[in-house]
Amino acid sequence: MQQRLHTLVSLVQDEPGVLTRVAGLFRRRGFNIESLSVGHCELPGLSRMTIVVEGDDASVDQVTKQLDKLINVVSVTDITRSDMVARELALIKVAARADDRSEIMQIVDIFRAKIVDVAVDSLIVEVTGGEDKIDSLLRLLLPFGVTEMARTGRTALTRGSTSSIKAQVNEKEELRDG
Amino acid sequence: MKKTGAQILCESLVREGVDVIFGISGGTVIPLYDAFSEYPQIRRVLVRHEQAAAHAAAGYARATHRAGVCVATSGPGATNLVTGIADAYMDSTPMVVITGQVARQFIGKDAFQECDITGITLPIIKHNYLVREAKDIARIVKEAFHIAQTGRPGPVLIDLPKDVQTEFAEFEYPDSVYLPGYRPVTEPDPAQVANVAGLLNRAERPVIIAGRGVNISRAFEELRELAETIQAPVVHTLLGLGSLPPQHHLDLGMLGMHGQTAANLAVQNADLVLAVGTRLGDRATMRTGDFAPRAIVVHIDIDPAELGKNVAPFASLVGDAKVTLRRLNALVAPAERTEWLAQVRLWRAANPLVPATRSPRLSARTVIRQVCRTAGHRTVMVTGVGQHQMFAAQEYASPRLNGFISSGGLGTMGFELPAALGAQIACPDDDVWVVAGDGGFQMTMQELSTAVQERLPIKIAVISNGYLGMVRQWQSLFQKGNYVDVALHTPDFVKLADAYGIPAVRVEREEDVASAIERARSHPGLFLIDFVVDPDENVYPMVAPGESLDCMLQAPAMAATVAS
Repeated sequence: MQQRLHTLVSLVQDEPGVLTRVAGLFRRRGFNIESLSVGHCELPGLSRMTIVVEGDDASVDQVTKQLDKLINVVSVTDITRSDMVARELALIKVAARADDRSEIMQIVDIFRAKIVDVAVDSLIVEVTGGEDKIDSLLRLLLPFGVTEMARTGRTALTRGSTSSIKAQVNEKEELRDG
Repeated sequence: MKKTGAQILCESLVREGVDVIFGISGGTVIPLYDAFSEYPQIRRVLVRHEQAAAHAAAGYARATHRAGVCVATSGPGATNLVTGIADAYMDSTPMVVITGQVARQFIGKDAFQECDITGITLPIIKHNYLVREAKDIARIVKEAFHIAQTGRPGPVLIDLPKDVQTEFAEFEYPDSVYLPGYRPVTEPDPAQVANVAGLLNRAERPVIIAGRGVNISRAFEELRELAETIQAPVVHTLLGLGSLPPQHHLDLGMLGMHGQTAANLAVQNADLVLAVGTRLGDRATMRTGDFAPRAIVVHIDIDPAELGKNVAPFASLVGDAKVTLRRLNALVAPAERTEWLAQVRLWRAANPLVPATRSPRLSARTVIRQVCRTAGHRTVMVTGVGQHQMFAAQEYASPRLNGFISSGGLGTMGFELPAALGAQIACPDDDVWVVAGDGGFQMTMQELSTAVQERLPIKIAVISNGYLGMVRQWQSLFQKGNYVDVALHTPDFVKLADAYGIPAVRVEREEDVASAIERARSHPGLFLIDFVVDPDENVYPMVAPGESLDCMLQAPAMAATVAS
């Protein structure tokens, strides 16, 4: 079976320990999480997690089902094959001597990235985009000296008006009201 | 009217119909036990070790289909429950576990008897709660019982800080739960049901594998009806025993590593295997690549994660076993299967289970067979884990539905006696027999004291061979007889029973087996029989680890001659 990166999007209840439950499940079932990003979403009391894992379809399907069994996980969908917008944000601190600055700024412009901090001997570059774009920018900045970097990991939404996930939640809300 | 957290917990337990709790008190549950004294409708069973509280709750749950409840204090009390929780999780046993926790201001400070039991149990539990305020207790208890008892049942833990137990709050018991992330599907998809019914109608050599799901959802009638309509032989997983009486003409007994020859051969030669309420675990399927090689596998389970986890099914249904079988029964056509059933009967007749002992010493199989054959409609068999368990599974003969209680998934030695306590309390009018090995029995035999204190008329058959028999069997077959750390010093169980005030006999000769069993049966109270058996008798058939299901080692030929 072919190994590939899968993007899972999950809505979870904002409760203490929910991140541990999710992360622990991946560990227990023998998966490495490539990246995991989590934050509040449009529904009160719920957070959206974007989890990137590597695996073949069958094993990712298995871990998706196991994830769905967690009581605090309201929904989980593998959106790898869906039409989606996936982005990552990176902050990159580059060593920048005076004579390198203009070249760095040119590169940053080409990538539509931003310089968000300037110090005597360094810059912080903020870039948003797909992992490939960030990797490319990083490659170009490495020769100047990258002293620190922080990447958020992928966060993603499917394209279109209503996500299937929200529809599922609405359905559950209706069940609860009815 | 305001109540303390401890009272709210008790009120909530009463609302859930809890009539017994198994546990041991301790520092952080003293307020809780204080409140328990106000609720005489809840029987308290004081066990001798918290592990037994969890197994007893499991035994109770297995016998009643209602969540068993156990209680322990924080720290070591809670960690002692862990084996029982893991056992319940593996065997889908509904259980509500209540642990004390240090007062809120001490949490995270490594206080005396503090441990992170919600963290520890995360991977071995259906759900758990750390209660932060007394006002949450009623909702949490309601949710805990709902989660434990519905869908695929399992254990749920409630960790209750000591000061929450004494905090006052309004008590109002909710009449519903709001769990947006928990919605088990019980009703299978009709189109898929029709599809599966079509597959069953077209099958020529169908076999049904009945798992614990059939016992859990009490789909006994539905299973029997389906088997009889489509004339399919029924094989059982270890925990699926008791879902069809062994006397039924379509019943082939257990499949798997120590499955009966006919059961394993039926699965391997079937053209359709209908697996109902089973994980299709490795001990049942053996080498999965060769499992049911001529069959399409149709898998029914209430847990969607089981479908395709171990065996890729050709078709599957997500649903409760009882509901799903009922839907199938409405669509399947009666079939005649003279040839297939004749073949199956031939396999069964040609492969009887025989004692495999060469010496004049007592055969464990013979003893367990005799215990099993005395079982009636009101007999519950509870076993430990090991050779005696496999003998008991193979020889299982109780006509009682759901009459076999054993630790399957986790394989917990020491499960037997405490689980029997729970089962006997759940079914006071039934005969509860413990079949134990001398290894596992010594892991929890302190509970004899509890059984005496609670006046439970359990009958205990200790199968003593002086070894950790199943490990010895593996060492004998696969490690060239290099026996390492399997010989046990076995105490004098008769004297031990005497110390507890329990009547007991030792049996070393075959001619004394029947009378000892009869003596135990006719004795109104607790009774122990120490059967001293031949340690060289291995359990056959056996599929060696990593082999396929039809690759069975059979008992050495000379055994048959000694047998009769």
